[in-house]
Amino acid sequence: MIKKTIALAAIALTAIATTAEARDQIRIVGSSTVFPFATAVAEQFGKSSPFKTPVVESTGSGGGMKLFCAGIGLGHPDITNASRRIKNSEFKKCTAKGIRITEVKFGFDGIVLANSKKTAALKISKKQIFQALAQKVPMNGKLVDNPYKKWSDIDPSLPATKIEVLGPPPTSGTRDAFVELAMEGGAKKFPSLKALRKKNKKAFKAIAHAIREDGAFVEAGENDNLIVQKLEANPATTGIFGFSFLDQNGDKIQGALVDDTSPTFENIAGGKYGVSRSLFFYVKQQHVDVVPGIKEFVREFTAEKAWGEDGYLVDKGLIPLPAADRKMISSSANNLSQLNM
Amino acid sequence: MTDNMPRSIQSGPDLSAARIARRNRSERWFRQLGILAIGSALLMLAVLMTSITSKGYSAFWQTQIAINVNFASSDVLPTEKVNFRGLARRSIRALFPDVKSRRDKRALYKLFSNGIGYELRDAIQRDPSLLGQSKRIWVKASADTDMLVKGFIERAVKQSDRRLSDKQLTWFDRLEKDGRIAKRFNLTFFTQADSREPEQAGILGALIGSILTLSVTLLLVFPVGVAAAIYLEEFAPKNRWSDVIEVNINNLAAVPSIVFGLLGLAVLLNWVGLPRSTPIAGGVVLALMTLPTIIISSRSALKAVPPSIREAAIGMGASPLQTVSHHVLPLAMPGMMTGAIIGMAQALGETAPLLMIGMVAFIVDVPGGFTDAATVLPVQIFLWADAPERAFVEKTSAAIMVLVAFLIAMNLFAILMRKKFERRW
Repeated sequence: MIKKTIALAAIALTAIATTAEARDQIRIVGSSTVFPFATAVAEQFGKSSPFKTPVVESTGSGGGMKLFCAGIGLGHPDITNASRRIKNSEFKKCTAKGIRITEVKFGFDGIVLANSKKTAALKISKKQIFQALAQKVPMNGKLVDNPYKKWSDIDPSLPATKIEVLGPPPTSGTRDAFVELAMEGGAKKFPSLKALRKKNKKAFKAIAHAIREDGAFVEAGENDNLIVQKLEANPATTGIFGFSFLDQNGDKIQGALVDDTSPTFENIAGGKYGVSRSLFFYVKQQHVDVVPGIKEFVREFTAEKAWGEDGYLVDKGLIPLPAADRKMISSSANNLSQLNM
Repeated sequence: MTDNMPRSIQSGPDLSAARIARRNRSERWFRQLGILAIGSALLMLAVLMTSITSKGYSAFWQTQIAINVNFASSDVLPTEKVNFRGLARRSIRALFPDVKSRRDKRALYKLFSNGIGYELRDAIQRDPSLLGQSKRIWVKASADTDMLVKGFIERAVKQSDRRLSDKQLTWFDRLEKDGRIAKRFNLTFFTQADSREPEQAGILGALIGSILTLSVTLLLVFPVGVAAAIYLEEFAPKNRWSDVIEVNINNLAAVPSIVFGLLGLAVLLNWVGLPRSTPIAGGVVLALMTLPTIIISSRSALKAVPPSIREAAIGMGASPLQTVSHHVLPLAMPGMMTGAIIGMAQALGETAPLLMIGMVAFIVDVPGGFTDAATVLPVQIFLWADAPERAFVEKTSAAIMVLVAFLIAMNLFAILMRKKFERRW
């Protein structure tokens, strides 16, 4: 028996080594926020075209960029998704490997603070978000460890309940964007921190990006539908996640008004809601005619039936770009114009 | 206690009734504690299983809607040329002639799965005689309709907060009154791979992926693990080197599994060139991870074989190899299998190392071989738990049930094999 199994294992291994190269399937990596959209497009593409359904991996924006920029060749992914724009350092890494990139911005996503419908919706400003969640806050002219225990300690207009926020872990793009848009935006409202930002951007970011670790902020899974259940079970808690979760669970949770704007589809699409970001995917040009179907996949993604106002991605919670932008971006994407930075 | 000591030394064992009563009492206590421990473990298991089953059982049913489809003879084969999506939509509109505006029509279509065009295509491919006929066909309802039927969408909630509008609800009620709504067994769940539409998503892709990955793991790890254990236990000289190896194997068993994933990425994918996201790469990584567990358990199974067996064999003139292969190994086999199954169960539930080698992925095709892109059961559970659609909540629990059933089946197989090989002396 043992002899047989060893022989089988050896045969299996050699069989693999020979078939490792050729690839007829698009490989996509990247952001877990873009994952629901990219997979929806991939599935439609697989069903409605003669090509195989692309394999979409959820690696996070940063992890995806790393894999994407690792090189040219069938062992490397063809497309990477990102819930933020490619960083300068990442672009340099890519160019160093000779990779030519096409950038496609395909929509917006809002980051919402939400709580259970059983209580009143939170009305909060970015400044108050910073005060509630930062590790150190300015008080009487100097930085102190965050003293606020209840929302009402920050401002009497806020509810007199304990600050308890469930949010994404540091590895997630949602966290990156939340910290950048809400926390930094709030920190800038303090004159002392604003002055610091002008003088020393790094020191400012260290303060603005540090989230408190005394239990008021609880790291929960990223975009986890269990968070919705937790919020429902404990109406005093607040959760941070992407707009699509609010969209799907509107009967159970409600979004907080940030700077007097509620996170609705219209407000995010119109750019009124302050905590929203753009979503991107990046195509490796050298792979375009090597792996079959990449051009067609980009066409599917940028078709009105997918990313338009009535498209199927909107059903999945995507907030579409304005019509003029869509027109412009789809033509540049389908011509595979090269990204320069 | 201490003041009793001198007296008991003087007068032999203390057999007083008080002491016996105390001993009996502590014995009773200990037994009750044991029962309590088992009871609480069982209770936790029961709570876990009931919570998962109560959330997940509904996923095995799927709402279907009957529509009348007129397969006009103009829809001739080959089927690729026919617009089945349009056909499906025509059939839906025929049920609701009063729905006129574009917006309303779109809302109406949303009661149905967006894959029903493909369902009609499959129906006609299965039975070409449908052509030219008008027939009542059951098609899948959309996930939102399904949630309404299963009671996860409440009508009492304000319209703007509901996934289905008041209009859609009245359409649904009309369908229900006409007897066009039924809950059927969800075959799709067992015959399809992942999908972004909850009503079209299935577990088969992940199940096959798990089977392929685990068979690679088992084929690699069992022979290697058993051979290593036999050498270390029966043949290796006891010196400093074998001590070092032993300590290292024990340490390796405690290494966090993600480390094996990193190793897999660096060595298997980048250096050996195994394809990403495939059962072969996943299987090798999981084999590395379970190897120490199997070596350790196989060694203890070998240790449990009484030395008299070896001595008798050698006394009858058997060589060391014959002693091991004819006598020790058969007796140790049941124990080794138990160890192997524990290792396999550990590998079955693992996602962390697979993340690094690209198996945490959305894959629509059921894998057909060791080099096809595949995912595994725990990864599928993780991906569904992350999906925003509410219908994936029940799918997540149902996938956990499938995982547990797979585990039980694996254990059962191991027990049967063990029974078959077991020898008594």
